[in-house]
Amino acid sequence: MIKLIGILIILIGFYKKYNPIAVVLTAGIATGLVSGIGFMQILDVLGTTFVNTRYMSLFLITLPVIGILERYGLKERSVMLIKSMKSVTSGRVIIIYTFFRELAAVFGLRLGGHVQFVRPLVYPMAYGAAEKNLGQVNEETDELIKGLSAASENYGNFFGQNVFPAAGGVLLVVGTFEAMGINLVPMEVAKASIPIAVIAFVYCIVQSLLFDKKITNIQSTQKIEKGV
Amino acid sequence: MQNILLETMYILSGLVGIAAAFHALRDKNHPHPKETAAFWGIFGGIFIFGKYLPGYINGILIIVIGVLAALNRVVEGSMKTADEDKREASAIKIGNNLFIPALTIGVVAFIVGQYIPSLGALVGLGLGSLIATGLAMVMTKTEVQNISFEGSRLLLSVGTAAILPQLLTALGALFNAAGVGQVIATGIGGVIPEGNLLAGIIAYCLGMAIFTMIMGNAFAAFAVITAGIGMPFVYAYGANPTAIGILALTAGYCGTLMTPMAANFNVVPAALLETTNKNRVIIAQAPFALVLLLTHIVLMYMWAI
Repeated sequence: MIKLIGILIILIGFYKKYNPIAVVLTAGIATGLVSGIGFMQILDVLGTTFVNTRYMSLFLITLPVIGILERYGLKERSVMLIKSMKSVTSGRVIIIYTFFRELAAVFGLRLGGHVQFVRPLVYPMAYGAAEKNLGQVNEETDELIKGLSAASENYGNFFGQNVFPAAGGVLLVVGTFEAMGINLVPMEVAKASIPIAVIAFVYCIVQSLLFDKKITNIQSTQKIEKGV
Repeated sequence: MQNILLETMYILSGLVGIAAAFHALRDKNHPHPKETAAFWGIFGGIFIFGKYLPGYINGILIIVIGVLAALNRVVEGSMKTADEDKREASAIKIGNNLFIPALTIGVVAFIVGQYIPSLGALVGLGLGSLIATGLAMVMTKTEVQNISFEGSRLLLSVGTAAILPQLLTALGALFNAAGVGQVIATGIGGVIPEGNLLAGIIAYCLGMAIFTMIMGNAFAAFAVITAGIGMPFVYAYGANPTAIGILALTAGYCGTLMTPMAANFNVVPAALLETTNKNRVIIAQAPFALVLLLTHIVLMYMWAI
């Protein structure tokens, strides 16, 4: 049981909103020490894993070009483009992105990403659609648009990917059962994930349509409060 | 070839960190220029030289930047991009061509990853970024120093959340070394009533979601929970692993949507989009994730009987 001390530290730390980096480091060191892993070895696991996972922070290399494009009006141009379209809403922008993101994932294509697509394209377009329909976007609405834009990337990615028979998740399931003496066929496992892929997309549509209503309400109440 | 190229991409990423350190020092209105510069300088340094240092030295460096972050001395500062008027004017002047470099990043990453497997998607992401940067430079005719200025501005606004995904993976490695997963699986297994398939399925789905929330990674949860709960309480009653195995994994993904431990999916995107609430993405996803998790339990039960 004492091994769970790290989890306790994490739960308390995130709940109390302590600095997440301090919480994670404390949890790791505490778990290691109570489990009899020496301090030097803890440092070694920490350092070695960090260097081996540099690929997770490769997005740093995309930041200069995104920054330059923003400096020259990428967001403003997205807003202009969206405003020239008929009957577009923030929710519909999200639905369209999720659709293509999930479709790409189904075919095993890694075409998407928060850095590659959401920050430079999806969020500015969803924002532009809100501005076109509801006038100047207030802070609360903007915050909600950011949340759902980032979520749409995860929805499409997570629940589409396992329809592809060579996806990491499918191979993990096959491999795990193989280790326990049960042989599965990847193609059949992939097929079993189709219902959830469809249901997840339907839920995304529902959430996005409700979202349009919600931000319309938020924007109109704010206008009334201001007496506009 | 792949290794050399990938290492080059890490060096370039490290240089973005070092540029951020440099700009933090030059920022006259920065409240903690030295500490912020030390954080990004060390982070960039590990990217470039970490591979050649012993693991424990990197470990010590990570503790140092962890302390700097914990003391809240690593902050954004006052770097500003062009004014809105200028951005608007340039958006009109350059037009929809502005989207070309933005799309180039993802499309090149995809093409290289898909059709040149010897290089891989990571090298593709780097190449895509470099080509996009070149296109953007030609298109905007901007000064060369803006590459470093704008990259630093964005990295400083993303802030310390940038290093969380790597730290959390290291935490997962420590949890694994300590055997945390087995303790949890045994604990949950102890409270499930024997002979009740529905209870077993609920425990399997919830166990996947909860353990994923703790580890931040459904893959890490799958083997542990399947062996500890799935085998004795679901598959032992004849449920078909072909149909149900993948459902257990996506039940775990519902947990991924609800945890700050999955920093690369939830925390870094919030920082990238500069949300006021750091948990904004999780808040947006939570209702979706809960309904979908319930759907998993229903579907799994339907397929198991």
